[in-house]
Amino acid sequence: MRPPILLAAIILLCPLPAAAQMTGDAARGAKLYQQRCTACHSLDANRIGPMHRGVFGRKSAGVPGYAYSDALKGLNVTWNAQTLDRWLTNPSAMARGTAMGIRVSNPQDRADLIAYLKSVSPPAKTK
Amino acid sequence: MIAETSNRRGLLLGGALTAAGLAAMLGTGANALAAAAPKADAAQDIQILNAAIALEHEGIAAYTIAAGSGLLQPAVVSIGVTFRGHHMQHRDELIKAVEALGGTPVASKTEADYIKALNVAALKNQTDVLRLALGLERGAANAYLGLIPSLGDAYHQVAARMAGDEAFHAAILGNALGEPIPTQALMFGA
Repeated sequence: MRPPILLAAIILLCPLPAAAQMTGDAARGAKLYQQRCTACHSLDANRIGPMHRGVFGRKSAGVPGYAYSDALKGLNVTWNAQTLDRWLTNPSAMARGTAMGIRVSNPQDRADLIAYLKSVSPPAKTK
Repeated sequence: MIAETSNRRGLLLGGALTAAGLAAMLGTGANALAAAAPKADAAQDIQILNAAIALEHEGIAAYTIAAGSGLLQPAVVSIGVTFRGHHMQHRDELIKAVEALGGTPVASKTEADYIKALNVAALKNQTDVLRLALGLERGAANAYLGLIPSLGDAYHQVAARMAGDEAFHAAILGNALGEPIPTQALMFGA
């Protein structure tokens, strides 16, 4: 068990990803999703990218029937606000060799997209 | 991490990139530029370029399905066939780029796969078809612009040019649907 002071130091020195600290607007996120994500993704169908309904709380490379890259197969994370924020900031930095090439550089845009993705996921998985 | 990656790409690729090289890439010079890309970046570029090929496969399939749907007026079919031809040219350029990098271009899915994925059963009239096409073209324009930061420098210009084609398609389709011309500039690539 880490000493409390050390734990506090770690928390202070390792800030949460930017979007994870912001309040996301799911309605705005829905518009951003339509604009920036639907070229490759749908909520309910695997297309160029895997479907997104239920992504919050899901293990990476976890959609049945979708042909994930080796990079995603080896990522081994659970999608939550923090991991999605890292992912959307720079996918290839998180999983080198991914086919996902879109970066969302604005932290509020990421927060809104994440809020939307959370809103289309089952409640039990969003805790 | 992003700046570090960009600087590394610049140091490794800067000496090999010229305007002539970029123009040659679209013809027979793809091998020279591909040879200049470090192996790790080439593997990343192959994945992203293959995602773009998949996007084009879907677009080609969408226009093919639309043309045969019986829902479109002949003049609209003709425009769709022309746009499909543009997407085929995009696909072919991207396939050349992937092969020049030593990769295997991703194959198209079946028409049945695209009919299901695009929810074609919900399309009841010409307006529905045009709205689907408009959404795909707008998405594609944004996607090509969005891919640029993640792609090697050699592919930035061709990605931007393809985005331009998709934006053109979107403008024609938006006009056909009677959409007002946006008053705000910078419509794509946010």
